[in-house]
Order: sequence, then C-alpha cells, then structure tokens
Amino acid sequence: MNPWNHDVAKDEKDLVDVQVDGVWMQMPRGLNVVEVAHRAKKFIPHYCYHPKLSVVGNCRMCLFEMGAPKMGPDRKPVLGADGKPEIAWMPRPQIGCATNIAPGMGIRTDSPLVKDCRNGVMEFLLINHPLDCPICDQAGECKLQEYSVEYGTGASRFVENKVKKPKNVDLGKRIVLDDERCILCSRCIRFSSEVMKDDVLGFVNRGSHSTLTAYPGKSFDNAYSLNTADICPVGALTSKDFRFQMRVWFLKETKSLCTSCGTGCNITIGSREGKVHRLTPRENESVNSQWMCDFGRLNFHDLESKKRLDRPLLKAAGQQFPATWTDAIQRSADALKKVKPDEIAVVASGRLTNEELFVLKRLLGELGVTRVDTVMNPGQADNFLRSGDGNPNSRGTELLGLSSGGRKLSAWAGEIALGKIKALLVLGGEELVAAGIPAETLGKLEVLIFSGILSNATSQLAHVVLPGAAFAEKTGSMLNVHGRLQRMTRAIPAPGEAREDWMILRDMRMALTGGNSLHSVEDVWKSMSAEIAQLSGLNWARIGDLGIQIESVLHQGQVKAG
Amino acid sequence: MSLPLHAGTENCVGPEKGEITPAFEKQADELVSRYPVSKRSAVLPLLHHWQETFGYIGPRGVEWIACKLSLQEIQVLELVTFYPWFRQKPYGKFHFRVCRTLPCALGGAGRTFAALQKLMDLKDNGHGGTMVSEDGRFSLEYSECLASCGTAPVVLCNDAFHEKVDDNKAATLVAECK
Amino acid sequence: MAYKEHRLIFKNIDAPGYTRDIACYQKHGGYEILKKGLAMGGPAIREEVKKSQLRGRGGAGFPTGTKWGFIDPTKVTKPIYLICNADESEPGTFKDRQIIYKDPHQLIEGMILSCFANGVKLAYLYIRCEFTEGWRILETALAEAKGAGFLGKNILNSGYDLEIHVHRGAGAYICGEETGLIESLEGKRAYPRIKPPYFPAVLGLYMCPTIVNNVETLCHVKHIIEMGGEAYAKIGRPNNTGTRLICVSGDVVRPGYYEFACGALTLGELIQHVCGGIRNGNRLKAVIPGGSSAKVLKAGEVYKVKEAGIDGKMVEKEVKLEDLRLDFDTLAAAGSMAGSGGVIVMDHTRDMVECLANISTFYAHESCGQCTPCREGVLWLKKILSRIAEGHGRDDDPGLLKEVADRIAGRTICAFGEAASWPVQSFIGKFREEFAQRIRRNGNAAKKDLVSLTH
Repeated sequence: MNPWNHDVAKDEKDLVDVQVDGVWMQMPRGLNVVEVAHRAKKFIPHYCYHPKLSVVGNCRMCLFEMGAPKMGPDRKPVLGADGKPEIAWMPRPQIGCATNIAPGMGIRTDSPLVKDCRNGVMEFLLINHPLDCPICDQAGECKLQEYSVEYGTGASRFVENKVKKPKNVDLGKRIVLDDERCILCSRCIRFSSEVMKDDVLGFVNRGSHSTLTAYPGKSFDNAYSLNTADICPVGALTSKDFRFQMRVWFLKETKSLCTSCGTGCNITIGSREGKVHRLTPRENESVNSQWMCDFGRLNFHDLESKKRLDRPLLKAAGQQFPATWTDAIQRSADALKKVKPDEIAVVASGRLTNEELFVLKRLLGELGVTRVDTVMNPGQADNFLRSGDGNPNSRGTELLGLSSGGRKLSAWAGEIALGKIKALLVLGGEELVAAGIPAETLGKLEVLIFSGILSNATSQLAHVVLPGAAFAEKTGSMLNVHGRLQRMTRAIPAPGEAREDWMILRDMRMALTGGNSLHSVEDVWKSMSAEIAQLSGLNWARIGDLGIQIESVLHQGQVKAG
Repeated sequence: MSLPLHAGTENCVGPEKGEITPAFEKQADELVSRYPVSKRSAVLPLLHHWQETFGYIGPRGVEWIACKLSLQEIQVLELVTFYPWFRQKPYGKFHFRVCRTLPCALGGAGRTFAALQKLMDLKDNGHGGTMVSEDGRFSLEYSECLASCGTAPVVLCNDAFHEKVDDNKAATLVAECK
Repeated sequence: MAYKEHRLIFKNIDAPGYTRDIACYQKHGGYEILKKGLAMGGPAIREEVKKSQLRGRGGAGFPTGTKWGFIDPTKVTKPIYLICNADESEPGTFKDRQIIYKDPHQLIEGMILSCFANGVKLAYLYIRCEFTEGWRILETALAEAKGAGFLGKNILNSGYDLEIHVHRGAGAYICGEETGLIESLEGKRAYPRIKPPYFPAVLGLYMCPTIVNNVETLCHVKHIIEMGGEAYAKIGRPNNTGTRLICVSGDVVRPGYYEFACGALTLGELIQHVCGGIRNGNRLKAVIPGGSSAKVLKAGEVYKVKEAGIDGKMVEKEVKLEDLRLDFDTLAAAGSMAGSGGVIVMDHTRDMVECLANISTFYAHESCGQCTPCREGVLWLKKILSRIAEGHGRDDDPGLLKEVADRIAGRTICAFGEAASWPVQSFIGKFREEFAQRIRRNGNAAKKDLVSLTH
C-alpha cells in the first residue's frame, strides 16, 4: 500500500551493534536512526520525516551526534575496556532520518551539540511562524508547540517583521490552508505525490517566501485529502469540518471502526459529552496503514441528523405515535405470533455487528424463520482503501448464514404482493423502496417492523419503529471484506431512547420465544465462539485493537440451534 | 470567507496573447528531443522558449507546457516562481538588469541604477520588484552577480551585456534603445 | 620583477587574431589531444588525471581523479552522465565566462575527453541563462564540433558515441551546487539532495551515476592529457598542482582575470604588482580570496600556516596576509579558502557593515528555502544587517549575528549554509568593533520603533 515503510526492517534478525547514548545494543541493519532511537525508547524529534513517505531531510530537527569506531593503524577498530569499539565522534551532526545504522555506529540523542541543534531549529521555525495558537485548531496536538516546550527557548530574539503569506486559503472542498503556519516540511506534497499518485500540491516562490499551494483554480479535492491534515505537524492544513469545532484536549478518544464501507479502516472517535466531533484514522498496517478516505472520515454527521429516530413508534390510525419500549416490543411480538413462520421475512443488514447478527440468528432459529437476506449496498471502490462493498459487515452476515447476496430479497416483492409474506422485519435501517420493494407493496404487509437510526421511506410505512444505535454508539465486532475480525467500542450513548440493536433483538427474543440466555455482549461472544468454527478459541480480548485475521468465510458457518 | 487560491500568481497579468505557430511547436519538439531519458527535463528550455515568444509566462504557458510534458500545472508554476529569470508579466521592450552584488556595488552599481531609473523615468512601486515604464519601452531591476566583476558595474540590456556602465555609459545605453 | 602569468587555459584568450571558431582552434592544435585521448583509452586518461592531482576549480577543490574514481565504468550497469557546471554565479568570479565566450572549443575538447574517460554517452552543459550569447556560442561550437566528427556517433572512427546538449539555467545561484544542478536539469526546483544517499556518483541525474565538473576543471583535463599527469603535477606545488584562474575585482587599479601556477603568487603580489595596487591611493582593508562565500581576510593579519619544509616535515610558520600563497591548502590554513578564485578587494574607505549587508542580501535572495536553518536563518541575518546598515542596530546584534550564523553552518542540506554563514562569522569576528561603532553611532534601536527592511 505504501511506497515506503521506513519503520519496518528488511530482516528483523539481521542485527548490528550500535551504541545509543552510551549503551550498546543490537538493532536490525538498515533501519534509520530515528526508528532505532524509537526502539531504544529514546525519542528523536522530527517534522518532515514520516515512516510511510520518502525521506527528504529538510526540517533538520532530527540532527544527532554520530560516531564511528576509531580505527587503529592496523585498520581494525580500537577496542575499549569493555571489549566494544571506541567511538570517535564527528563534529558535524547528521540527520537521523537519512542515516541508516551500520555496525559500530555511535548515536548520541542528548548531547550538548544535539540540544543546540534542536534549539536552533526551533528558534528558526518560530521566527516567521504566526502567533496563532489561540485560534489554531492544531493546538494541543501541534508538534511545534510540543517540541518548543521540550527543546526550544521561552523567549524570542527576532525583532524584525515576519514574512507574510496567504492565510485561510480555500485549498479544497474539505481542507483549509494557512501558509504562514506552514513549516515547509513537504509531507503533504509527498503524500499526494507518492501515496495518492496525484501531484496536485507544490511550493511556489523561493527561500523564506516559499509557499505551499495548489495551482490557482485547481482544487485539492483528492478523496484522501484530509490525511494531509493528519500528517501536517502544524496547523497549516486543517479540516473544514473540524475547524473551530472543539479543542482537542477535550476530546475523549475511543478506538472504533469506520463503517462506511467493507474495508473497516481503524479509526479513533473524538467525542466530548456525547457528541462526536471528528474521526481520525488509527494505525493498522494490516488494513489501512495510517490513512482513511475523506468520505468515511466525515460520514458521522448522521449521528445528529434531524431524521434521527430516538424513540419507539407505533402506528395507529395511519399515524406513528411515540410509545414505550415495553409496548413496542410487545406489539411486535404479538404481531409476529399471529403469522406463520414461513410467512415472515427478515431483512438482516451488513451494518449490524456480528453480535447483533448472532442474536438475530438465534431468534430466527427458534422461530423457524428461513426467509432472511441482506441488502447489497454498493460502495465506490477505488484502488486504495475504499471497497466496492458499501456495508461494513457483509462478511459477518455471510459467516452467520444470514445473507444470500440479495438474491432471495429480489423475490420478496412478488411474494408480498401474492400474500405469501405477511410480516417483514427490517433491521439496520435498510431502505427497501430504493432496494426494489415498492411502497405500495410494503403497504400490503400485515406487519412491518423497522429498526434503524434514521427515518426513511421504509420506516415511515412501518407499524413499529424501533430506534437503533449508530456505529459510534455500540460495541461489537465486524468482519471486513478481507476476512479480518475487528472490534469497535462505544464512544457515546445513543440519543433519546434509542438502543443498541443486540438489546432490541434480545428483548424481542425474550418476548417471542422466552429465550433469555444472551443477557450481555459477553454472553453473546461466548456462544458465538463456541458455535462458529472460524471464531473458536477467540475471545473479545484476543481480537485486540488491531483485529485478527480469521479463516476464509466464504462457506457458511455452522451454527447449532440455540 | 476564505481566500481563493492565488499564491504564485499574484503578479501574473493574465493570459498571454498570441497564437502558437507550427514553427513554435517544432522548436519546442526539438528542445524536448534533447532529453531522451525524461521529458520533464525540457521544462526549463520550454519556459525560455515560451517567454521569448510571448514575452512572459502566464496561465496559457503553464498549462501548455504542463500538457506537453505530461505534468500537472503546479509542477510548472513551481518553476516559474522559483527561477528569477521567468516573469509573469511583460517587461519593457528594453529590459535592464543591474548587478547589485558586492564587486559591482563597490564599483558604483547603486549610482548606475539610480541613473538608469531617472533616464527611463521609472517610479519605484515600493515592492522592490521590476519597474516598468508606462509606455512599455523600458523596465529595470536589480540582478545578482552576472559574472564579470572585474568590469563593474555590469548591466544586461535584454540579452546584450555591458560592462563598466557608469552614469555616462548609462545615458548612452538608454539613448541607443530605439 | 615581472609577474608573468602562466597562461595554460588562458593561452589564447585575448590573443590577437584568435577567434572562437573551430578553424582557428584547430589551427592552434585543437582536437589533436582528443585524438591522443581516444587512442589512450578511458582508464589511461583517468590514470593521468589522478596522477596530475588536479583539484576541482568550481569552489570545493575536490580532487578530480578521486571524484571520477567513485565510478567504475566497467562495473556500472546504469548509464553514466557528465554535466559541465557552467553556472558561474559565485560573486567575484568571472573566469568561466572567458573560456565560454572566447575559447569554447577548449572546453568542448576537455569535456569530450572527460566523457570518453568515464564511459559517458550523453552529457549536458548547464550554462547560466544570463550568458545568453555564451549559450549561442556554445551551440554553434558544438555544431561545429559535430560537423567535424568530434561529436556524435563513432567519433573519429573510435566507436565512441557522445551527445552533448546545452541546457540553460534560469537565474538561481543554487544551481551551482551539483545536486541542485541535477534537480534543475531534471526539470524541478533546484533543491539540493541529501547526501547520503544521493551522492551524484551513485544516484545522480535520473538516479544514475553522474559526474559534475566545473568548466575550468574540464579544460585542465585536456592539458593534462597533452603533457601527461606527472608533468602537470610539477606545475604549482604538491597537492596544489597545475595553474589557477584568478579573478580580481573591487578596489584595485587593474581588476581582471589572470592565470598563475598554484601557489606561485602571493596575495600581496597579486594585489600590488599584478593588479597595480589599491586604487585612488587608498590602503587595503579586507580581501575575500575565493568568492563571496569565502571567509574574509583582514589587512594586517598574521596566520599560522603549516607548510612542508624542504625535508618534507611539516613546519608551522607565521605568514602575513600579503605573503599568503594563492593555493588551496595555504588559504585553507589561513582560515579561508581558494574557492572559485574570485578575489574581492576592499580598501580602507569601505564600510564593513555595508559590505556584509550586501553579501547577506545576495544569500538571502538565493536561498532555495528547502531546509529550516538556511531558509529562516539566512533571511534573518539579512534583516538584521539591513537594519544595522539603515541605522537601527542594537547592541546585541553582532553577538546575535554570530550565534545565528553558528546555528546555520554545518546543519544544512548543502554547503550553501556554510557559504551564507562564513561571511557573517568572519566579518563579525574580525571587524566587530566596526559593527559596534556603527550601532553606537546611529543610536540603540531599543529606544526606537522596530523597523524592518523587507525587500
């Protein structure tokens, strides 16, 4: 995926001896000094270096003091009392990002020379940098701020006028540029060029007047443009969506997954007091590296949509009225008991978690319902991260045998019209009119139960509406298109009286069949891993923050009757 | 609310006038052929060629050259603004460059510049850039070392190189500009 | 005593009746050495260059034989390129201009020999665009050479092919830096590359092994092949062999370009005898011996220079400014450098603050802006100096200038950082009192409004 991976050694076992701050240790050959220092738990500050981008060495912040073994007249290293080579230190510092370790290399990350180098670079970066901290989104996660505290000086000696550059530049549909804050590290240019293969950004002018820009009239609208805001060490590139929304130190960070397509990029949800303010990618080399697409990144505003369903609804006299959960569940159960199992169809959803799907599976098994399928929601595949499957958990539905790829569903419109299907349970907020079942047909159903997060054409026709939880409001696991099982964790509570879908299904099951063996997500997990071959031996903790690759799930999993 | 993109073209006067002739294209192709390994190397020669033909490099030049060399426009604009020889607005029919680096400064380049400015009746616009006369006949700017320090002060008038240009010689040079 | 030049490269420059066409060049023995070189073969030529101890004449003085030795044409699979650096932009230097304008075929012959020696099939001549006529002259000369069979396919039936193209720069001093030049030649902004890993001998033009040589250096190659490396090494002094082109400008009676054997002339002899002394009856105050990047030397200074005595042992001598030999090692020992040979002379009427402010303006304008210390620091130096020159200096400015310069030199991607820092370090170091006086005379800026000069 990435043209470079400087943090990965060619051969972890090919080790060489290096001395880091006086301590000899073994490190894989070919790693650069910044990575080696990191592994040695020493931090070498840097701006322009990025493990996934080409090395340019222009910020000069990673300067370190380098040494090589002293050579004796016999052309062999002079050995010290400890049997290790004596190091001759070079007066000229080297940049860590571009220096690959060699046997016997000496590295000083903390000497007076190194401190002066860093202090110098900090001073130089700040002389033309605007004093924008109070209005800059980057505050709190700004490398300039952080390194200034660690390695800089408190006072400025610069009494001249700063170089003025454009501020608040409309660089692209989703991204704002402030050229004065830019420290010209070129990470954004390299990302666009090397990862996106799109040379849309560049530097114009020269020297201190160098300015980042796109070609006037051309917009930086690449589908992955906001990743440059992530990697920008300062507040030069910022997200229009997040601009001025919330100070980052107030954000609670929750590990979750993007649910906008089947790739399941790992993300961090930034929320405060029940409101999600932004999503950022979380590093997972097996899925999305450090990136995510702009569409998925910004696809959380539905959480606050005006169409958000936040209380159960029951239809009476042609209108939907708010109701209690007890009534809504009871009404659903009663209605479903009135029809025969082979007159019930269930639209499961690739948006539900594995745990929710499992409870559903249990319920359907107990009811004897066999008509179950999912809606195929196509995604916009590109040759990077976006998948052609718009559902985050299609493979979960396949694993649990709840999907026929939409083939069964296509027949249901006719069967409803003929009266063969009298009851329809729709989960995951799926909208069926657009999926091919006309509103008039849906109107013929005796029972239409809808569970989802947004009101839509289907929900408005439903007899019972059960408000569900969105991705940021539930804990569960999903299986991405590549067969990777990953976890998401709840960041905020669902609004109003909306509930996580597995709870809704649990209550439905209790009301319908009396089965109450699945009281908690952990219960669900235990049963799941006991019954499904690919999940055997797994528990919630073992999935870990980065997920786990499980066996191919193209064959239907075997589920015992519950 | 936010600024539209203009960085790099603040001083651009807009699209160039004139047609791209077959002869122009032929010459451009010849220049490209000198770089068999990578077309991109031809960008500087093409920029020279365009500027010599159209007087300056505006959006048409940037886009034409980018298209010809399979580059994005920003990759050409980067160069137009990096290399001082290239300009984004037309200069005078007679463009004067006075070297201001140390040996020429020691030789009196400041006086030469002031003399030329007066002779051409040019007003300093305060931006420190090139001054262009209102009738478009003359333009004047400082340049860095022109590599003839022994015969300071040194002046370039278009492509013609002049040495030991004191006040008197400056007057002669300007008078010769018909 | 006559200080006769040793005109090797400049033999035909300004010679009466000498013209730059190929016919004239051949009448004076032109392209005979090429024939000799083709017969010798590449490795033999490289051997002669090594023996000659020729040092690069572009400014760094790096041994050419060693530079060529980094590439072994028999082992390299990628194409090898050679670029002639004709981007002469170092203030004070104007020697390459003479060769290009007056004896271009000497350069071409030297270049062909050098290309042949290193297995180069495609070479470029990077010439600064301000040499417009020079460009046309070279294009003509190359066409003449090709027409006579000295370039192109199967040169003189040797089986050797070579194409040389002229490439015009566009006004950036940083294109004189070899990796900046390579980037410029590739069609990008002239950002010098980090070394390691982008040593031109390994990852140069189009990421292939590349040799970048100065105009004068390539001309010396021709003469080395003509007389043999050993004979060449006898000219000049050990490790400082051959002749040097020296350019003198500033406050002398006879500024101009001269050629002497390395070390045959002292600085005093150059200024007083060759150039007629300081003009207007003034006294020498300061001299920059190797282009504006070189550290300034102050009149009256005495240097401790280690020289090899007659018995070969290194002896430390005290040498006065006037007695400094004009060769690489001596000038380096004196704390400056021979550089590109641009000697700038300043007399006692010159204000060192103004001189340094002028030099700093040059570097601030020419910084490519790639790396932090140079981009920010060099402009800062210029702003401080402009402020002092305009009469708003502060007492701690000299110390600040030195500290800022100290934090640039040695910390940048390329030697431009040193080039911009050394003038500041040396001027402040040697003329500090003059700076302090200037600041005191014009009032301490702390009492005034802050003024900055941004142009």
